[in-house]
Amino acid sequence: MGLIRLCRRKSPWLLHFNTGGCAGCDIELVAALTPRYDVERFGIQLRGSPRHADILVVTGPITRQAKDRIIRIYEQMPEPKAVIAIGSCPASGSVYHDCYNVVWPLDKHVPVSAYVPGCPPKPEAIIHGILKVLEKV
Amino acid sequence: MTFIVPIGPQHPALKEPEFFKFEIKGEEIVDIDIRFGYVHRGIEEALQRRDYKHDVYLIERICGICNVVHTTNYCQAIEQLAGVEPPERAKYIRVIILELERIHSHLLWLGIAAHQIGFNTLFMLAWRDRERVMDLRELISGNRVTSATNTIGGVRRDVKTEQVPTILRGLDALERSTKYYIDLFNSDRTILARCTNVGILTKDDARKLCAVGPLARASGVDTDIRRDHPYAIYDKLSFNVITEREGDVWAKSIVRLREILESIQIVRQAVKKMPIGPIRIKVDLNIPRNEAIERTEAPRGELFYYALSNGTDRPERVHVRTPTCANVASIKRMFLGGTVAEIPIVIWSIDPCFACNDRVSLVDSHTGKTFNLSLKELRKWRH
Ligand code: SF4
Repeated sequence: MGLIRLCRRKSPWLLHFNTGGCAGCDIELVAALTPRYDVERFGIQLRGSPRHADILVVTGPITRQAKDRIIRIYEQMPEPKAVIAIGSCPASGSVYHDCYNVVWPLDKHVPVSAYVPGCPPKPEAIIHGILKVLEKV
Repeated sequence: MTFIVPIGPQHPALKEPEFFKFEIKGEEIVDIDIRFGYVHRGIEEALQRRDYKHDVYLIERICGICNVVHTTNYCQAIEQLAGVEPPERAKYIRVIILELERIHSHLLWLGIAAHQIGFNTLFMLAWRDRERVMDLRELISGNRVTSATNTIGGVRRDVKTEQVPTILRGLDALERSTKYYIDLFNSDRTILARCTNVGILTKDDARKLCAVGPLARASGVDTDIRRDHPYAIYDKLSFNVITEREGDVWAKSIVRLREILESIQIVRQAVKKMPIGPIRIKVDLNIPRNEAIERTEAPRGELFYYALSNGTDRPERVHVRTPTCANVASIKRMFLGGTVAEIPIVIWSIDPCFACNDRVSLVDSHTGKTFNLSLKELRKWRH
């Protein structure tokens, strides 16, 4: 088991899903992948398919259209899995809190391991959030 | 026999989810259908429930990538409603952050476009250089992405004289790397092979389908709101409107890259000419009944706002039409007759404000069998 845990800690693959946010968080997440911040030094990579992913990174206030999809993606991911909510949107709805088409918070729909507050959070904060989750694994 | 290839709506590579349905015959795309609405949050309705000042922050979050142009447009529309003019210095600061935003948006586009054609080194290089613009934006506005600089009646933060040398140094570095990218687009074999004669939009089609922004300019339509309908202080600055004739993905890239150089020139001029003075004025926000239309040139094209006031501190109606909305109509024309391998780069060539095409499933319309492809596999698709 020790070896498997070590491998999991050293290569957490991310799946990113925007549930209707403004894309501010999304570009900061991508910025975290690029040379200045370079999360790949922790073995972190962005993947395209939920079946490859260990950590689901969610941005946005969860529109009604996106709700079923986020649940479906979560169910498709293999165990063990974790969810990180990036930005104020999935935590508190941010500026969209009273819009008619959003169903925040995220933890009503899927279990969340960590929140990274900010609108948008800086890439450093996002990396910090991911590392916090890794400590738990 | 035709196949249906649905792309999306889930797993955005980057941004908002959208849904594309491609009908293919062998390799050739014969039809395409697009469905919107996965990110519908109800912003226009929420705008009516808040007052003018609060709306600025909601408007800013319509799109994180081009937030400054949204707030500038909104503030200008409300200033028009209230019949006030912001101070001169505020207009200069607006132009500086607007153009820095255009540079960041185009570099972001360049990076993702390189990723779509499998050129990941260029993706990393472009985003490395983009960090310089982000630094400048952080220096001026205090935040990397959402700047919160604009407000009704002016701007909230000044550009200090000590900051000017840093800004100019940053611009010099950006100019060097942009020139390198232009060289690359003119000479690299991979880029030329993947981008030339792909996703062509002719000048006629661009006119008929009302394309805007770099998409239209790459097809030879000479349009730019900054020149045709100058706002802020664009009439006092000199810059060129970049056009190309080819209308393919390559032309769209070159237009955007050369626009970065123009933007750098604009910021340089604005920083030099900036007058001393106040940066905002007080505006009475109980605006009597009035209506206003405002247009600006966003990085992706013409952004259009309509605002109606009703005598209270809340707007009666604010309507927004974004450039992607205008450009989506052209997508079909660009795809017809193309091949499956072109899908990612051609979708991205309009610089859509969404990128949720991570998951593709091919449906055999005869047997009903479905098989899934990720966008990554799609990128590797070869004849
Ligand atoms: S938290 Fe802020 S920046 Fe992030 S998606 Fe929501 S509104 Fe945009």
